[in-house]
Amino acid sequence: MSGRALYVDGVSVVFDGFRALNNLSFIIEPGELRAVIGPNGAGKTTMMDVITGKTKPTAGIVKFGDTDLTRLDEPRIAMLGIGRKFQKPTVFDALTVFENLELALKAVRGPIACWKWRLAAEQRDRIEAVLREIGLSERGQDLAGLLSHGQRQWLEIGMLLMQEPELLLVDEPVAGMTDQETEHTAALLARIAGQRSVVVVEHDLEFVRALGCKVTVMCEGTVLSEGSIDHVQNDPRVIEVYLGR
Amino acid sequence: MIARLLAVLLFCALAASARAQTSFEELVPRLGGGFGPAAEAAQALGTQGDPRALPILRALSEGRLLRNAEGRVILDGRDAATGEAIAAEGATRINLNNRLRVVLRGAIGRLALSSPNAAERRAAADAVFRTRSAENVPLLEDALSREAIPEIRALMELALGASRLLVDDVTVQRAGIIVLSGAGTAEARSLLLEARAAKPELAVDIDAGIATIDRRLAIRRGFETAFQGISLGSVLLLAALGLAITFGVMGVINMAHGEMVMIGAYTTFMVQEALRHTAWAAWSLPLSVPAAFLVTAAVGVVLERFLIRHLYGRPLETLLLTFGIGMMLQQGVRLIFGAQNREVLSPAWMQGTLMLPGGLPVTQNRLWIILFGLAVLALTMAAIRFTRFGLEMRAVVQNRRIAATMGIRTGWVDAMTFAFGSGLAGLAGVALSQIDNVSPNLGTGYIIDSFMVVVFGGVGSLVGTLVGALTLGIVNKLLEPYAGAVLAKVAVLVGIMLFIQRRPKGLFALKGRAAE
Amino acid sequence: MRRLIILAITLLLALLPALNLAGLGVSDFVITVVGKWLCYAILALSIDLAWGYAGILSLGHGAFFALGGYAMGMHLMRLIGPRGVYGHPVLPDFMVFLGYQELPWFWWGFQSFPFAMLMALLIPGALAFLVGYLAFRSRITGVYLSILTQALTYALMLAFFRNDMGLGGNNGFTDFKELLGIALNTPLARALLFWSSLAALGGCLWLGTSIARSKLGRVLVGVRDAEARLRFLGYDTLQHKLFVFVLSAMMAGIAGALYVPQVGIINPSEFSPGNSLEAVVWVAFGGRGTLLGAVLGAFTVNGLKTWLTSVAPDLWLFVLGAVFVAVTLLLPRGLIGLLEKRR
Repeated sequence: MSGRALYVDGVSVVFDGFRALNNLSFIIEPGELRAVIGPNGAGKTTMMDVITGKTKPTAGIVKFGDTDLTRLDEPRIAMLGIGRKFQKPTVFDALTVFENLELALKAVRGPIACWKWRLAAEQRDRIEAVLREIGLSERGQDLAGLLSHGQRQWLEIGMLLMQEPELLLVDEPVAGMTDQETEHTAALLARIAGQRSVVVVEHDLEFVRALGCKVTVMCEGTVLSEGSIDHVQNDPRVIEVYLGR
Repeated sequence: MIARLLAVLLFCALAASARAQTSFEELVPRLGGGFGPAAEAAQALGTQGDPRALPILRALSEGRLLRNAEGRVILDGRDAATGEAIAAEGATRINLNNRLRVVLRGAIGRLALSSPNAAERRAAADAVFRTRSAENVPLLEDALSREAIPEIRALMELALGASRLLVDDVTVQRAGIIVLSGAGTAEARSLLLEARAAKPELAVDIDAGIATIDRRLAIRRGFETAFQGISLGSVLLLAALGLAITFGVMGVINMAHGEMVMIGAYTTFMVQEALRHTAWAAWSLPLSVPAAFLVTAAVGVVLERFLIRHLYGRPLETLLLTFGIGMMLQQGVRLIFGAQNREVLSPAWMQGTLMLPGGLPVTQNRLWIILFGLAVLALTMAAIRFTRFGLEMRAVVQNRRIAATMGIRTGWVDAMTFAFGSGLAGLAGVALSQIDNVSPNLGTGYIIDSFMVVVFGGVGSLVGTLVGALTLGIVNKLLEPYAGAVLAKVAVLVGIMLFIQRRPKGLFALKGRAAE
Repeated sequence: MRRLIILAITLLLALLPALNLAGLGVSDFVITVVGKWLCYAILALSIDLAWGYAGILSLGHGAFFALGGYAMGMHLMRLIGPRGVYGHPVLPDFMVFLGYQELPWFWWGFQSFPFAMLMALLIPGALAFLVGYLAFRSRITGVYLSILTQALTYALMLAFFRNDMGLGGNNGFTDFKELLGIALNTPLARALLFWSSLAALGGCLWLGTSIARSKLGRVLVGVRDAEARLRFLGYDTLQHKLFVFVLSAMMAGIAGALYVPQVGIINPSEFSPGNSLEAVVWVAFGGRGTLLGAVLGAFTVNGLKTWLTSVAPDLWLFVLGAVFVAVTLLLPRGLIGLLEKRR
């Protein structure tokens, strides 16, 4: 996939005088897998909010390819090919697993179009393929509300896959997971990367190491250090603010 | 000024010479001496200003004055002139004609102006004003110099100004215009307008006078609008304060809040009835304040503990539940007290109108409600900021679980917070009983407005509630003269909807449990 | 099975006016009352579509109902023509009484039945669009939206109470004579209105079910449960909410338009916030988010009301209040939920 790069340049976000992001800059290349780590309050979630249009930056440039993201709202940014997974898994509990994926499927979005829309055979096949990929083939007709925590995380990742995004933002995908589930998730994310760019925000360093990718360390709303996991783990500034605690 | 003084002196001199001519005892019998002499005598009596003449002239005008064959004038079995007892046999009623009636009216008015009775003086000033005549000028000046009551002074000034306009002297007429423009009322203004048509030579002075009056009327109108607005605002504040606690702080939508207000008003009524024939009757309203607070707070605790707490975190269900509760409370009160309005009397110290300098009127009961509203607001803020309960309440709102681990009984705090909010609604009921009908649907009219106040002022902020209530009250009253009461209300509602467009975050800056 | 029951009930209902026309033991009262309930059921359905699916709890749906009713009322008033008390050829009685010289502009066109029906749809729809757009755009949801819509119907009630609105003031419209050339006080007119209401209810139910079963229905459930998630999936939820809200308002408008000729009067009290809340309770009692439940709720609660207000009128508000309390605390899924549990 050719893909577009994500440019974040000099972005600041100020809430009531509090600087959540402070002159944040980085670039995600097409097809890159990137891990973002940082202590609580470093601005990781705010960064995702800015990229996905939930929060408008006070200053700075956010571009996806040639498109200025700061002018768009969440649905438009999503349709542009940027998917997001929340820290707390959010799926539609009152719908079945299959229906959750169906909603995420790259297809019509407008109300009247949705009313008329019927699922085509190849779309059904795609949903079933993703169900297999996230290991929920057996649960397709169950309500999403009945899934375990790990399964909900996978379902949400599955929904992201249905969107066929070029860029995926994943917020703490393994928080609260068992070791086995963590392993499974890491494999899942690794498979997704390569086809598209993925940004993973995570606390779990073992998991970040398992991803084996470039790491960005954020602190107080700005980039503290960037490089391989070994590089950042040996960066004295990083040790001071984050790892050394 | 000098001209005015001269005119006054001149008329005083005239009056004094009249007094010197004929004595009271001589004048009274002339009242029975035919229409012409009677009119002259009445005129003279009125000008002399002897208070003894007043009942006699009154009796004459009412047809109760008799005259016997000897020509003595009899009132209530006594000689009117000397006061000695006299038989009324063979005496006849003294007849009146129109001219005599007119003269009598003026004379009585003039006499009454110096009566020791305030009500009489007020009526007299009014009568003199209506029988305008140039002769009244010295009398009015004299009366004004002794009058202390502002309201009567205002009336006298009006009459004086009007009378001066009739004096055949431009200087005096100018003085009249000055007096009238000083009176600054709509009545004075129409008098001036009348005079302007009759006396074109005074147009410049009269126009200046009218401009003065218009300025004063504008100030007065502005003051009245502001006062009424603040008064409505304080009623809204009282009604909304409880909501600011239950909705703003706890995030509980209480649609029965209006019924809590209603119960507060009925409690006031019950306290009044219970104390009606006791020595405490005059104190029933102040005593209603704690009573209403306790009663509604108790109702609030019961509702919170048995019903509402099961629905925390489900605002839409809470809304429906509390609406149903409100419906039952309303119907219950209707069955107990009947659907008709109940009257809660205002104690004497709350009645009447206070005159501020400059003739700006202030209704006493409205003033009390404004003060009451501010006092309740201050106490509420103090309770939240400085008491143990306030601290625990804020702790539970900010972080329920941590508060619980620190040993705060969160369930108890919930119940007390809800009781507090309900009690505040009860206080609003006490205030409303003074200005609105106490009926089962008393609260319905206030609930939507109260929600608007809370939402407009910013959920969770008591200062916002104050600002919101006053703004809504004043805007309502500002719009009323142009749009009428109903359209003003509609306009305010629409205005709030549009305002929400601009400041959704500022208005809905939720804190606490309702934040997500 | 369920389909069969619905079909049987529909046929049974459709039979009622026929029996009445044939003089076979169904009184005029039954036709009018059940005809009224059918309109209420449409209103309940419209509320359920917005509330049960998209989570938009409107406490002002009575306003849309009343606006539809007023549109129909204006048509009926124009049809009275010279038969009014004052006998004016064009102006309705209340206008003659208030000294109008000519018909206000907003009454133009209402002599035409198709135009009036179009307005019964468009006026509620346009109002819902305006309010919905303003509210949804500023992300006003949940109770705030509920209070806002309640304020809306309250404001409209105050406005319609005014004589100078040119809409009959607090007396509203009444003394209707005919509709489409049929005198309203005849059994035939009652039967036709009954059947129209039944057909409209069926149509709205079909429409609602079709939405509920489509992807749009699932999007709406998504809006209700996790709107933010849906936006990140690329759905501009403002559109979906507006769509369902406007559609729902139009349904309520139809209900009102069918209601007015059956009860023979429309006045500003139809806008009273209490009416809207009562309708919400029909939905909650029947079971929200099920469409059929709304219809069931409208029939049961109104049946109860008709019976109780004749037996013990003082008790009705207690019972209604108790229904509010009961459905929120004990029956969160309503009658339908109860029936399904049994099975």
